Amino acid sequence: MSKVVGPNGVGRRQAMKHLLWGGAGVVWTFAGGVPRSLRVGEEAEAGEMRGFTFGQISDSHIGFKAGAHPSAQDTLVDAVGRMAALKPDFVIHTGDVSHLSTAGQFATAADIMQGVKRDVYYVPGEHDTIGDEGKLFFQRFGRGRGTGGWYSFDAHGVHFVGLVNVVKLTQTGLGWFGPEQLKWLGEDLRHRSASTPIVAFTHMPMWSIYPQWGWGTEDAAPALAALRRFGSVTILNGHIHQVIQKVEGNVTYHTAYSTAFPQPSPGVGPGPGPLQVPADKLKTLLGIRRLDFVADRVSLTDTTLAD
Amino acid sequence: MKRFFRRRPKVSLLAALLVAALCTAALLHNGQAAAAATSAAATKSAVTITNYSFHPATLTVKKGTTVTWVNKDDDVHTIKSLDGPEAFNSPALDSGNQFGFTFHHAGTYHYICSVHPYMHGVIVVR
Repeated sequence: MSKVVGPNGVGRRQAMKHLLWGGAGVVWTFAGGVPRSLRVGEEAEAGEMRGFTFGQISDSHIGFKAGAHPSAQDTLVDAVGRMAALKPDFVIHTGDVSHLSTAGQFATAADIMQGVKRDVYYVPGEHDTIGDEGKLFFQRFGRGRGTGGWYSFDAHGVHFVGLVNVVKLTQTGLGWFGPEQLKWLGEDLRHRSASTPIVAFTHMPMWSIYPQWGWGTEDAAPALAALRRFGSVTILNGHIHQVIQKVEGNVTYHTAYSTAFPQPSPGVGPGPGPLQVPADKLKTLLGIRRLDFVADRVSLTDTTLAD
Repeated sequence: MKRFFRRRPKVSLLAALLVAALCTAALLHNGQAAAAATSAAATKSAVTITNYSFHPATLTVKKGTTVTWVNKDDDVHTIKSLDGPEAFNSPALDSGNQFGFTFHHAGTYHYICSVHPYMHGVIVVR
């Protein structure tokens, strides 16, 4: 692994410290593929031309209700209102739109998501593909044409790739892309210049966060092999309902908040079930993400529904 | 044959149990039925889902037994067979929901939760 040194001479050790403790309210700025953190509100270098902004919403779990938890609908409405206020160019939703893959839950989610007043690019979570391999999900939210639901698009010179790793899970519960999708990804990326910034988004993490809970993707390695030659690769996912970052050379990984309920830290407690928190704490653990691109740099701002 | 229960309130569950008890009592005149009722009573026919696992992980029942899975987790689970003489695949079971399947053929049935495939269970039918 190459030594990671930030633009301000921040060494790898210090960068990793930020990574470990970074979370809500920290902005990650990319400089030549290497992130540095800024406090929220602190501006990126002055004089830079504004690029474009997109948003990420994840794990809305419409239909989820447990214990004293309020409606996942209400918290999504809150999140969507906050996202609309950011006026992003478009929004990505990194899966688990619904809780139980029902047509009604998809319809409710789609109605609420219209509140962002922008195009939304979806990929499914494993809660969206129960029993029908995502048929209902793709009918409503699908963008992949002639594929198993995966697709790509370009925006302002950045290449976006929406990947599906939940339709067939492995027997150990990890995500799986499958050879057909990996072949498609290789072909999709082959003729692009290495200087094209890439954003790949999918539901389950593409790095092994806690495989015992299925928090990883079995065949992420060949996907990363196709992505690694690009100078700036940003991988966005949901699934674990908390913000964690990881850097591997030019590839950075970012998990996202849920808008519905929090989950425990990796491996903490008996299982990955919804974290029970006092009602007044809940919104401090749910949130949305804003991403600002300036040239080939992207900065991420995670804000909670309590901010 | 599949039997599927969704969000049945406790009252009707109690009513169902009462009806089942009355039916069992009514059938006691029939020796064969009484024997079946006795063995059913002696064999656990429920699997509880708690903390992302099936309890008991292996359940042995007599042919003709209906096994009911009860989801006591806050998360959603499913019951999906991997092998065995008959296939079963439940819809999504929300917290508190249950799914029943009647086993008519002897054999060993491995099953998983399709949402969390690391959850494994076995039903042995004799």
